[in-house]
Amino acid sequence: MTVASSMPASTQRAGAARVAVRMTDIRKAFGDCIANAGASLEVATGEIHALVGENGAGKSTLMRTLAGLYAPNGGTVEVNGSDVTGWSTKEAIAAGVGMVHQHFMLVPTLTVAENLTLGSEPVRGIQLDRAAAEAATRELSERTGLRVEAARKVSSLSVGELQRVEILKALYRGARVLILDEPTAVLSPPEVQELWTVLRRLREDGGTIILITHKLDEVMAISDTITVMQLGRTVARLRTAETTPREIARAMVGRDVSLALDALSAPAPSSIAGTGGAHTLLSVRDLRVSTPMRERAVDGVSFDIAAGEILGIAGVEGNGQTELIEAIAGLRPAGSGRVMLRGSDAGEHDLLSLDVRHRGDAGLSHIPEDRHHRGLVLDYTVAENLILGRQHHFSRGAALDHDRIAANAAEQIAAFDVRPRDPATPARALSGGNQQKVVIAREMGRDFQVLLATQPTRGVDVGAIEFIHQRLRDARAAGKAILLVSADLAEILALSDRIAVMYRGRLVTILPRSEASAEKLGPYMTGAESAGGGPTAPAT
Amino acid sequence: MSAAPTPASQRHSRRTKLEEAILPPVVALLLAVVVGDLLILAFGQAPGAVYRLLLEGTWGNWYGLGQVLYKATTLTFTGLAVGYAMRAGLFNIGAEGQLAAGGFAAALVGLALPAGLPWIAVLPVYVVAAILGGGLVGFVPGILRAKFGAHEVITTIMLNYIVLALLAYVVSAHLHVPETLHTEAIASGLLPRLVDISSVFRGSAANATIVLAAAAAALAWWILFRTRRGYELRATGLQPEAAEYGAVHVGRVWWQAMLVSGALAGLGGLNYVIGYKGYYEEGFAAGSGFLGIAVALVGRNHPAGIVVAALLFATLSQGGLAVNALVPKQMVDVLQAVVILAIATAVPEVRRLLRVARRTGDR
Repeated sequence: MTVASSMPASTQRAGAARVAVRMTDIRKAFGDCIANAGASLEVATGEIHALVGENGAGKSTLMRTLAGLYAPNGGTVEVNGSDVTGWSTKEAIAAGVGMVHQHFMLVPTLTVAENLTLGSEPVRGIQLDRAAAEAATRELSERTGLRVEAARKVSSLSVGELQRVEILKALYRGARVLILDEPTAVLSPPEVQELWTVLRRLREDGGTIILITHKLDEVMAISDTITVMQLGRTVARLRTAETTPREIARAMVGRDVSLALDALSAPAPSSIAGTGGAHTLLSVRDLRVSTPMRERAVDGVSFDIAAGEILGIAGVEGNGQTELIEAIAGLRPAGSGRVMLRGSDAGEHDLLSLDVRHRGDAGLSHIPEDRHHRGLVLDYTVAENLILGRQHHFSRGAALDHDRIAANAAEQIAAFDVRPRDPATPARALSGGNQQKVVIAREMGRDFQVLLATQPTRGVDVGAIEFIHQRLRDARAAGKAILLVSADLAEILALSDRIAVMYRGRLVTILPRSEASAEKLGPYMTGAESAGGGPTAPAT
Repeated sequence: MSAAPTPASQRHSRRTKLEEAILPPVVALLLAVVVGDLLILAFGQAPGAVYRLLLEGTWGNWYGLGQVLYKATTLTFTGLAVGYAMRAGLFNIGAEGQLAAGGFAAALVGLALPAGLPWIAVLPVYVVAAILGGGLVGFVPGILRAKFGAHEVITTIMLNYIVLALLAYVVSAHLHVPETLHTEAIASGLLPRLVDISSVFRGSAANATIVLAAAAAALAWWILFRTRRGYELRATGLQPEAAEYGAVHVGRVWWQAMLVSGALAGLGGLNYVIGYKGYYEEGFAAGSGFLGIAVALVGRNHPAGIVVAALLFATLSQGGLAVNALVPKQMVDVLQAVVILAIATAVPEVRRLLRVARRTGDR
């Protein structure tokens, strides 16, 4: 194991034209699933290279091949001029190629310094030299600007801090080529800015960075060059300075799309009027939820949503959004509080007293955050999935009414453009975007009053995002009430009439769209700004 | 199907489904035969001769066939019990205790009935008794899982010991005929045997319970694949979180599935108690519960597959006696184990190859 001395300043910029990584015609299949079908990548030393593409385009597979986790079925991998095709992770690390994965691989019971030095621990006799490990950690932390406390237990760190430890770990092992897989998914806007600063500093020191992402604003903000992947192939190579988000998006999906980013500059959507009592469709009062993992995961949340309104909930994931939605949907018991829904018959329904089925019948629809986990039975066909949760409306006595199930499937598949147009296809075989369309068709293609939309466009392609956003706007125009939860702040800003920020189980602010911006919401998302300072603090 | 897709694509997917259902087990069986050949050769015998003897002793004569059908009847019930629970995501290892309890409940009722009643009148009573006996033993682990999260593998195993020991105590302390392990003979409503229809089945134990087994398999299929309850049960087995999201009370599905599972196993007790011997005997269920797991596995938890698998295992079990002259009958036990191993390993592999072949064929 080679521990990096430091990033030698001599290589700085001088070797900018030198190729650090060259991958040629990489092919990789898992069983009968083809992840890479001829992907090529060239990254120069000392640049920040963005690898973009829709989910499932094969970005992570290509990078894992580079990091030695997978051996390719075909093609060659060159690092700093030598052929390293099919090398192991150990060899990759020794050659200075390190990868930070989407899912962290740290030992929670050890300290930051212990995690960092794991596998190459400084020792004194047979004992771990803790002081030396912590000193090395502090030195590296200062040099890179990645702030962490060396002696803290990893289990007590926030997600943002965990990510810094992961990056430090790769650097400690001497990474000169650093691969980051969707690093901003778990970060708040200020943390993202901090990460960019760190990455720029690493570049100054001559380090090479490959950033996997599907967020175009990030690509524009940080990268020097871009490689676009589509269906396992690399389809374009662009210089960031010479391109536009629109051009990148076109390369990603192969056609023109309207971007959510455009909506940011568009006039604020429809009315931001307060929720006149008569038109309130969903009313949540002082809702509290505790889980076995966390006391007061939702800690006294109150809000109203009017007919024809989208209330967006922004916030870093894990601040109680999931628990809030699941309590309203009936998937998790609420500790206390009140949730009232006004049905299409103008009747008031006390949701907390109903089971999932009766909440649905009262007019509640729910797009769950994880379609693979909750939203779909993956081994059921599209037709079967299109009645999930409403199977009692598709029965004749004890038996299922297959004629009506087939008719419903044909209607929804056409209305929501699910492909392939075969109701007998198992949900598992659909692409992510089409799987999400099945969920949305089921939840929005029926009579409903209130929609809980959580991460409605997570992991779907740019074209499907456009389609789903339009559906949400249509539902608003049709007088539905929508509670939108998304980790993607741009999505929240593009769709919502009012925006709340959730932090540690509370809504720390609710702002009308006209007053909200990423800069303004950021401090609330990190807890730097709290309820007291907000202009419209929620009633609790 | 009013607004169905093009018939061609539907036919295609149906053929695909059929291929994937049937081809893998067939390949697995061929594999098992090859292993069997090697075993037989190791005993210094000719595989052809042994297999011929095995077939002659089972499907080759009326008595053998009757015995195969008799054994397949019990295995169909225990296989359905395991398969039905498995569809709900539960591994019922307690079919043995449930089978014994069903048979015992029927015997208790039978002993209490006045002598000489016609079987057609009494059969519903026996059926209800067996369902209650087996169902109760299945219900306990089901409700423990639903209410307290106690894992059914543990509770069904433990309940096996409790139920079998309890029945052994009751029979030996209160009900047995001296010097035997069985109860008094039941004098009312014993089921007709196959031999009553045709004398060629002389000596075989096969009886009218076989009709019940076929009916149970058909009913299980209908519930699983044609009813709302089955839709919810299978969704629970595949993805409990998605089922919960889909307005299914997962806990309720669990205890109900275990109740039905236990009832199916319990019905199997009729085969021996009311159909064959006419009394409850200590240990009659031994082995049938566990073999039911193998039957469900080989039958891919599908009622039709379970019936076929039950016939297969019944053939092997009866055939073991037939080939005893050439090879030890334990060889057939080994062969059963090889079938299970071959199914468990070869089936996913063959299915994968099928998909690859289909993909390259499409191109």
